[in-house]
Amino acid sequence: MNARLRWRKFVSNFMLGMTGVCAVVSVGVLFLILGYLLYNGGTSVNWDFFTKLPKPVGESGGGMANAIVGSAKLLLAASLVGVPIGFFGGIYLAEFSGSFTASIVRYAADLLNGVPSIVVGIFAYSIAVLPFKHFSTLAGAFALGIMMIPITLRSTEEFLKSIPRNLREGAMALGASKWKTIASVVVPAAYRGILTSILLALARVAGETAPLLFTAFGNSRWSSGWSQPTSSLPVMIYNYAVSPYEDWHRQAWAAGLVLLGLILIINIVARTILSRGIAVPRS
Amino acid sequence: MATSTTTLKGARPSSDSRSFLSRLASGDELARLITMIFAATVVLITVMVVWELWINSALPRHKFGLRFLITDVWDPLADQFGALPFIYGTLVTSGVALLIAVPLGIGAAIFLAELAPPRISDTLQFFIDLLAAVPSVIYGLLGFLVVVPMMRSVIFPALNKPLGFLPIFKGPSYGVGFLTAGIVLAMMVIPYIISVSREVLLSVPRDQREAALALGSTRWESTWKVVVPFAKTGIFGSIFLALARALGETMAVTMVIGNTPKVAASLFSPGYSIAAVIANEFTEATGDLYTQSLFELGLVLFLMTFILNGLARLLIIVTTQRGSGMGNL
Amino acid sequence: MQGSSKPGLSVNIAMNTGPNKSESHAALPMRMTISHVSFFYGMKQILFDVSLGIADKKVTALIGPSGCGKSTLLRTLDRMHETVTTARLEGEVLLDGQNIMAQDVTQLRRRVGMVFQRPNPFPKSIFENVAYGPRINGFKGPIAEVVEKSLRNAALWDEVKDHLHKSAYELSGGQQQRLCIARALAVEPEVLLLDEPASALDPISTAKIEELLVELKNLTTIAIVTHNMQQAARISDFTAFLLTGQLIEFSPTPHLFTTPTDPRTEAYITGRFG
Repeated sequence: MNARLRWRKFVSNFMLGMTGVCAVVSVGVLFLILGYLLYNGGTSVNWDFFTKLPKPVGESGGGMANAIVGSAKLLLAASLVGVPIGFFGGIYLAEFSGSFTASIVRYAADLLNGVPSIVVGIFAYSIAVLPFKHFSTLAGAFALGIMMIPITLRSTEEFLKSIPRNLREGAMALGASKWKTIASVVVPAAYRGILTSILLALARVAGETAPLLFTAFGNSRWSSGWSQPTSSLPVMIYNYAVSPYEDWHRQAWAAGLVLLGLILIINIVARTILSRGIAVPRS
Repeated sequence: MATSTTTLKGARPSSDSRSFLSRLASGDELARLITMIFAATVVLITVMVVWELWINSALPRHKFGLRFLITDVWDPLADQFGALPFIYGTLVTSGVALLIAVPLGIGAAIFLAELAPPRISDTLQFFIDLLAAVPSVIYGLLGFLVVVPMMRSVIFPALNKPLGFLPIFKGPSYGVGFLTAGIVLAMMVIPYIISVSREVLLSVPRDQREAALALGSTRWESTWKVVVPFAKTGIFGSIFLALARALGETMAVTMVIGNTPKVAASLFSPGYSIAAVIANEFTEATGDLYTQSLFELGLVLFLMTFILNGLARLLIIVTTQRGSGMGNL
Repeated sequence: MQGSSKPGLSVNIAMNTGPNKSESHAALPMRMTISHVSFFYGMKQILFDVSLGIADKKVTALIGPSGCGKSTLLRTLDRMHETVTTARLEGEVLLDGQNIMAQDVTQLRRRVGMVFQRPNPFPKSIFENVAYGPRINGFKGPIAEVVEKSLRNAALWDEVKDHLHKSAYELSGGQQQRLCIARALAVEPEVLLLDEPASALDPISTAKIEELLVELKNLTTIAIVTHNMQQAARISDFTAFLLTGQLIEFSPTPHLFTTPTDPRTEAYITGRFG
């Protein structure tokens, strides 16, 4: 082996080794994040955290009970916006539409998906806050719901399309009308994929902060009903993290751990279910 | 990404040659109308977003015109609003992010696509997908409470002592700033580069690599000189996607950029981005010109990401088509 | 002059020689020797104790029905099977008497070139495709001359000489395949392996490539896998017939096609199966 070949082989092994380093570093970031959250917030995830209200500025102690409930309410209401529009819209794309209208709807959904979350926030402000002159849970749910739409729409369409023709034809040959076929055969066949995609969409908007800044805004106390501003986990994390108080930092870590833990669990469960046979859509 | 099933004309699930009356009787026409309304809502919302951005920015658009984009002043008290510091900050932080994320991401994608056995490749990709699911505010939390102190105590001295004479590395550093934001953004966009690049690299036909090996290439030479160039359009697509993500990123950047509207050469200088200024000042904005200038910034940001996303999708489609043997480039 | 420099190595080549003894295979120099080769993908065995010689500056054809292992055998000759992790080779393959597993694989592949079933030019210009091999091997001289020579040898020069900087993808299928041949020739291999090189091409392009291969054996030793028996009969000097991973018969081509020794060979070439 001559010197040049030796050099080429050395370069080859070195560069390939470097790609391995890149992979380790990239994946390592995930564990770094988890590590910091666990280390800094692990001990603060306690009973107080889940049950107490936040204390006034400067006082230590308290918890994030209202933020947790607020986030739950927001997600529930957001699904009422995002899921039906995405689901039925997806049925339309997969089952009823012509290819031209389908491409328009898909293009709009892709466009909507690419809108930065802060822009969604000011849009939701002008539609759902300005006319009513106050912040509200519903406005926040509206903003989050909009962000869910593209995900649920595309997933529903793709999973419905993946149901083979002969399943539909079997039902129609028995005399079922088109909508009956869809409702009784196609959707049930695709429901696992659609449901897990909805879960992924929820996991995605559960962590969104920007759209809530001018819609749900925030609340240091309990928010009753749906038309009052409400606290939420992501917004609490933001406010507490940038504050100068050590105790609030501690609580921010805890909240981060809880939020990320929940999001990751949903992702792991949903993706594992989906990967058994069906391709997982990239976010 | 979506693949539409190619079917024979007339055999599409949506084509229905029955008469209108029979469709009505079976309830199918009603179902079609109902679902169509939901689908139309999607289009309606999208149109409304653009519409609201446009009309809510009317004042500054008329007052400042295109000068808005190049004015360096942001002075609410004097009713002077210019977008330049924010455009600058958005571009600089995204640029720094790409400079870090692109080599790391492509390197990792090469490892996953060319070197790692399928099980390891899939497992690592799973972790990368989880990384993409981490919300922005968590990155911000980490950024503010970990990266910012690290910048002050480790990174700034390491770069400023030897290279402080260069304008981009001039001190002082407060921990927050363009570089910090760029580092945090890099962590956020790496998963996008890896996921798409890996898919695109995997779609390169086997016999390209084998042809290179058959000519006596080393493994690295066949990967770097043949496989990667074959996939380069798709890889560029992934970079554009990552850039679009970085441009629109709000919380993480807001927490570490320093929130100072100024154009500065040094990477250690605090700055501002479009998303960050909207997040910080929108609820405090008094007066229509102020609020609407923030809306106009939202419009600018929207346009930037819109163009980039469109380009990205085009590039990715082109590459995966090429890999399947169609298309000549 | 025997190619084997290893004393004590005896290679049993099941060779039936025809009436013309001076064409006796055993008397010719062997460029490559395949000796008791068995091949496995994991637990599944693909090749069973195959032994034959690839004669220097001759065309040796490997024929047989789909799945008989002929491509697998070809790919062991430049260790291309190593791109699959579960692949396992037993036995010996020698190039000029040296075991190919004992030399550096990158170097081996420069000496043993390969042309694939479907044309696979790189996404570069015609010139860059041919120049790739010499460049990575450190060729320092005038690269344009090497490119021209290779393209001439591949009977493609006249068609592309004014378009060298155009993309290789603008060529037709047949031209692309000749480009791949030129690319392989540019590193001056001692053996050129071709895996069904014309199966994806139209009849006219196929004919051009067949003509080309007959010319090329003056330059380099050729081993070709083909499912087209007429092609093997037309262009090769020696033919090996494989069936389910075993070497059934290996003879000078005229002999194998007119008076095959094994009944299975006869059944295959008369079209009773495969």
